[in-house]
Amino acid sequence: MAHNVNFDLTAQHMEAGLESPVDEEGVHDSFNQLIEDQRQEAFELQELQRELDEEERDSVAYLSSPGREIWRGSQGRGEEGEDEEEGRQLDPLIEERWSSATLKVLSSMPSRTIGRSRGAIISQYYNRTMKLRRRRQSRPSIKDFSRSARPSIRGYGMESDCMETEGVDEEGRKRDHLVNNLQNLSLSDRVRMLRAMPLSVAEKSELRRLADRKGQRSNHSQIPCCSQLKYHIIIALRQSWYSCLSFLHSLQLWQVALKRVSGRFGTGVLSYFLFVKTLLFFNIFLFLVTGLFLALPQAVHPPTLTQGHEAFSGLELLTGGGYFSDSVMYYGYYSNSTLYKDCRVTSSSMDQQPSPSVSRRTMEADCGVKLSYSMPLAYFFTIGVAFFITCIILVYSMSKSFGQSFRIDKSHGILAMKVFCSWDFKVIKKTSVKLRSENICTQLRELLEETNRKHVQKTVCQRIGRVLVHVLAWFICIGSTVACVLALYYFSEYMHKDLQYRSRIPTKDPLLKEASLLALPVVVSLINLLLPGLFNATAWMEEYDSPSVNTYVAISRNLMLKVSVLVVLCFHWLGRIASDPHSIGLQCWESFVGQELYRFLLMDFIFTILDTFFGEFLWRLFSQRVLKRKRKPVFDISRNVLELIYGQTLAWLGVLFTPLLPAVQIIKLLLLFYMKQTSVMMNCQSPRKPYRASQMSTIFITLLCCPSFLGAAVCVSYTMWSIRPSESCGPFRSLSTMFQSGKLWVKELETHNPNLAWLAWVHSYIVENPLFLFLAAGIFLIVIYFNTQVVDGQRKIISLLQEQIENEGEDKKFLITRLQAIHQQKRPLSPRRLTSQDSNS
Amino acid sequence: MGNKQTIFTDEQFEAYQDCTFFTRKEILQLHGRFHELAPHLVPLDYTNQPDVSLPLALIVSMPELKENPFRHRIVEVFSEDGQGNMSFNDFVDMFSALCETAPRELKTIYAFKIYDFNVDNFLCKEDLEKTLNRLTKGELTPEEVNLVCSKAMEEADLDGDSKLSFSDFENMISKAPDFLSTFHLRI
Repeated sequence: MAHNVNFDLTAQHMEAGLESPVDEEGVHDSFNQLIEDQRQEAFELQELQRELDEEERDSVAYLSSPGREIWRGSQGRGEEGEDEEEGRQLDPLIEERWSSATLKVLSSMPSRTIGRSRGAIISQYYNRTMKLRRRRQSRPSIKDFSRSARPSIRGYGMESDCMETEGVDEEGRKRDHLVNNLQNLSLSDRVRMLRAMPLSVAEKSELRRLADRKGQRSNHSQIPCCSQLKYHIIIALRQSWYSCLSFLHSLQLWQVALKRVSGRFGTGVLSYFLFVKTLLFFNIFLFLVTGLFLALPQAVHPPTLTQGHEAFSGLELLTGGGYFSDSVMYYGYYSNSTLYKDCRVTSSSMDQQPSPSVSRRTMEADCGVKLSYSMPLAYFFTIGVAFFITCIILVYSMSKSFGQSFRIDKSHGILAMKVFCSWDFKVIKKTSVKLRSENICTQLRELLEETNRKHVQKTVCQRIGRVLVHVLAWFICIGSTVACVLALYYFSEYMHKDLQYRSRIPTKDPLLKEASLLALPVVVSLINLLLPGLFNATAWMEEYDSPSVNTYVAISRNLMLKVSVLVVLCFHWLGRIASDPHSIGLQCWESFVGQELYRFLLMDFIFTILDTFFGEFLWRLFSQRVLKRKRKPVFDISRNVLELIYGQTLAWLGVLFTPLLPAVQIIKLLLLFYMKQTSVMMNCQSPRKPYRASQMSTIFITLLCCPSFLGAAVCVSYTMWSIRPSESCGPFRSLSTMFQSGKLWVKELETHNPNLAWLAWVHSYIVENPLFLFLAAGIFLIVIYFNTQVVDGQRKIISLLQEQIENEGEDKKFLITRLQAIHQQKRPLSPRRLTSQDSNS
Repeated sequence: MGNKQTIFTDEQFEAYQDCTFFTRKEILQLHGRFHELAPHLVPLDYTNQPDVSLPLALIVSMPELKENPFRHRIVEVFSEDGQGNMSFNDFVDMFSALCETAPRELKTIYAFKIYDFNVDNFLCKEDLEKTLNRLTKGELTPEEVNLVCSKAMEEADLDGDSKLSFSDFENMISKAPDFLSTFHLRI
């Protein structure tokens, strides 16, 4: 039993289990021929294996385990049994001269032929088109794959290996097949396949031409005219898609500027500017939605103002109050009435609204009599829909980013990766190139040192010292954060009291009152500016081993600070001001909160300008002129991105109270882009530490989604659901909550139009019933749970596959050695082999 | 505008769009760049597919490649003859493989070819040494280069033949998420 198990079983296993060199022939079947050629050797190999097994019949403990284990076991035993020979073979595998047959087999292994010759590429892609076609034609085939115990990527290529085993004019035939397959694919698949081929354009366009021509011919001969029509439609669609693409391309923003930045600083700093661009698009979207559905209709039908406009004093630009307070910018200006007009008149203004999906919802579409635009409803749904779409876009981009940058991190392979993947091909400026190669040089040296040092054991004292330093650093950071937050809490309370006091006594100087409102934003921005500096100082004290840990710690500290500051501020706005607006003499607390958010956003911007000027420009001058240092300051990417996220959170929070706040944010981001770009080009040098751009941008987009957007969404929905809106202003006056507007509308609809009674029913049961909400949340959570499980499974599969790759490497090593051994046996002239044969027999 | 229309026929445009990752406008832009390199050699009219190729020295003088330590290899790999003489098709090929939207697989194949200095389809120690020297501009001492090479080889070589085959390389690249964004030339 023992002797016939091993190699035969593995041979079967190879074919069935899709996981050894044989299935690689699916990728490149010229290997098949060679396999045929080497069948003789393989047979001998089996013989040899039998002999070996007979020798070691006593160590059969492995046999009970399934195929793969046996295979590995047999290998182990093989090595054990003839360790002297093995030792001689495995080790000097490199130096030893291989026989020509071994070399032949080796050189035709698929892993080594990929991309070598045109023929190989063509056949590889032929196989791939086959796969695609089959998967498309027969869905159930996937089931077969999933049944295999161990998933193998290469397994997909398996089925096509029996197709062609012999061939004379390999390349030409393959090409014909490829063309045939290509034309059987759908157009988009064909284009994708063509684009991904590592062939020259000339070659590809030839293939494409052939495929097209054949396709057309077959079209004319076989396919009925409706299919031809379809074909033409597809062609037309594709052409319009291309023109659409080139239009989109011409819209792309800041091409030149981004190229300049990346040419000098590489991918890391570029990711900051790309993040600015992403935020800009989010805000443009938000601005378009609120501007079109809220600001524009309201601006066309201005409400009658009770008091006249205040005079413009200039301070309004900072405080957002005064002249601006009764304008379309703030919540308070919007009317609660339905904007009625005759159908003729309104239809022209309604036509301006492009997206019918939202406008249909927001207006009561009974044009038979009148066309109306219910402002409260529009307000409610616009904000809701805008948040919903933003959420979807965010989650989508987050998942995409995760998909791109998610890899299993392993510490080994780092040096090789550094050699091959550390060059940033975007960098084109001479000095930066020089700097970069110096950086790579030092990084390589550090890595070498690390691998040579092999974990110098630290003494207990050193370790305790380190832990103490970390504890101290965290203590300082958390302590300072808590202190700042408390100070902010009491300061905001003080300011609130001050406002109450001022509201009771009529002040002579309204400007002073306005200016005092700026105190809180200034304090918050100061905290945001100064505390990160303190955090940096503590991080400098700590000396983390790896730069990535350092970055994560810095990010988490900054995040902690910003989140707690925002929590206090939200409490201040929604808890203090909204609950009792009359005590500070406010007619319209929503507008006041909107103004506050405007002030905060602006202050944040002003402090960023100051920071850029002092922290980058003046610091560079100082260090170059006074300290006579050649080094320029380094652009701190993560801190800057976190500031962007903070600003964006403010903008999202403020949309409900200041529908035009996205416009302010757009202007801010535009200015910021140009300012930062000039500052970076003038004052900074590229960072010395390696920056994992794709991983970091994944983290940042996650942060933008999770605490930032979700926090803002929670605040906004809390305001909508449970805070009483002001009674004398805004679209929701006279309602107990903003949410009621939807309810009222449904009721009204029901009375007006009995046919739509089901809508009211749906509304009352689905939207108002908490059970449904719970159910939806539950389903959502379950979906998330399943997704995490799937991701977890994929992670496991990936690590399994990694392991498999390594195992296959081992297998290959083993097989090559065997092959070599057999050749040596066949050539008894070699004196060394003779001795090893002796030891064998 | 009328001038632009006659550089390529619509069919050529379509072929380029189907075979590369570029839009019509980008192809025109590329043609402009190619023309710029040698205005007297490269015709403005490409409708009859003239057989013009520019020597390596000219291509390498582009600002995008000028400072790149691997510029000669890049140009050689993408040129049809392997010597660095580039036709416009090769030129488009080069930027297409190095553009943002190219898939990881394509980029990996070309990166492998670029690092394979002696064109033997393996990254052997010699290639590694050359890569390193170019990367660091010869700042490392020979011993250090040697050490880095052997360590890197040890890490990445799976089948123990002390050279990296394409699959070894691919396996290694798959662990480097930044590769996709750094192996990218902006036009």
